[in-house]
Amino acid sequence: MQHRSHINFPQTLIHSQVKMAEGDLKLLGTWPSPFVLRIKMVLQQKGLSYEYLEQDLKNKGELLLKHNPIYKKIPILIHGDRSICESLVILQYIDENWSDIGPPLLPADPYERAMARFWAAYIDEKFVGSFWGILKAATEEAKAEKIADSFGVLQQLEGVFKKCSAGTGKGFFGGDTIGFIDVTLGSQLSWIKAVEKISGVKLLDKTKIPLLMEWEKRFLAIDFVKNTLPNVEKVVEYGRLLQATTWKVTPAK
Amino acid sequence: MASEKGVTLLDFWVSPFGQRARIALAEKGVHYEYKEQNLAEKSDLLLKSNPVYKKIPVLIHDGKPVCESLIIVQYIDEVWSDKSPLLPSDPYQKAQARFWADFVDKKVFDCGTRLWKLKGEEQEAAKKEMIEILQLLEAQLGDKKYFGGDTFGYVDVAFIPFNNWFYSYETLGNFSIEAVAPTLVEWVERCKERESVAKTIYDPKKVYEFVGYLQKKFGVA
Repeated sequence: MQHRSHINFPQTLIHSQVKMAEGDLKLLGTWPSPFVLRIKMVLQQKGLSYEYLEQDLKNKGELLLKHNPIYKKIPILIHGDRSICESLVILQYIDENWSDIGPPLLPADPYERAMARFWAAYIDEKFVGSFWGILKAATEEAKAEKIADSFGVLQQLEGVFKKCSAGTGKGFFGGDTIGFIDVTLGSQLSWIKAVEKISGVKLLDKTKIPLLMEWEKRFLAIDFVKNTLPNVEKVVEYGRLLQATTWKVTPAK
Repeated sequence: MASEKGVTLLDFWVSPFGQRARIALAEKGVHYEYKEQNLAEKSDLLLKSNPVYKKIPVLIHDGKPVCESLIIVQYIDEVWSDKSPLLPSDPYQKAQARFWADFVDKKVFDCGTRLWKLKGEEQEAAKKEMIEILQLLEAQLGDKKYFGGDTFGYVDVAFIPFNNWFYSYETLGNFSIEAVAPTLVEWVERCKERESVAKTIYDPKKVYEFVGYLQKKFGVA
């Protein structure tokens, strides 16, 4: 299944973009994966034209196996004859290779960069462990533990956002424009909402995480975010399918 | 935290992750205070500096803590950028370096842990996996002097600390790393000639003793 996604490259930039001559961009991914969604967001933020190729992970294609022989996973960014794997590595590649277009994804200050990298890695680890953990939990006790963990993660991120934006009035973790932490967390939003619907737990609660909920509103207002995040009902359906087939969890109630 | 000037490293002698930070600091010629941590009784400083994971290493620079070893190494590389660059300047080469350092992170330590924690078939499976991992890394090294090419770099820093654990892996798994990945062993010797590695290295036999202590602690027969 192939889906061409052409984002028109601004005319004024075409002549200065020597780097684009190095080759076409292809993104191999699957529609629900937050690790893929964040790549789409950043490519669009940079105004880079790319071809999106939906992958069938049950029947991995030659292109996927050729360009990610080590893990055989997505996302994979193919740039000309180059293969780049692992979403956070891909994001930094895009940021550095096209550093002269669009806002930077990572800040310039080394300490701020270290913080952005730390929290992005934290988000990914916790998303898989805690949020998906709610869906995978086999018992009520296990589910309750994962729910508590997930609330803890959101509280932690509320604190991070408070620190990032303290006194600056800036709208995003990255400042005025979305950055590394924004896309890492933001790409998880459809899944977090799907987890809420499947498990019946309200995680995105503005009484508990008011700053994050304001951030979420601003984030979702961005055009390329709106265009990229999958429909929550579709993710719910997919989540239930995973529970039934891959995780073999019988959801209670 | 009060902004005390200077660099402190919270670490634990046997940690390969801590050694990455020590090597990077040495490559850059940075003076720092090394503070050995008691992981059985974590200090206030450690808990305050790494409240999320409560782990070492933690680099504290002018009062500000940086956690997670590869993040620390990149930080060191970016702050002390005037000497011995660890990451290449080309974005694609950087991406490759980050990918392979991350591979070391995801694979080597976990597999090594399974080698000492498990017995029987599971241990045998861990040994097979370790051999595969080492051979993949050897293939990536190819005929280069270092993973970074002609210069000692990020992936070299990420992986070389595990060489102190090779004796333990070999003894527990009953195999020879030199037999399965000879070029890798040559690379280890080259790295050990560097001052930054030579002065931060520790005795593989002491590591093996430490593994023995861990096995007793976790009740591994």
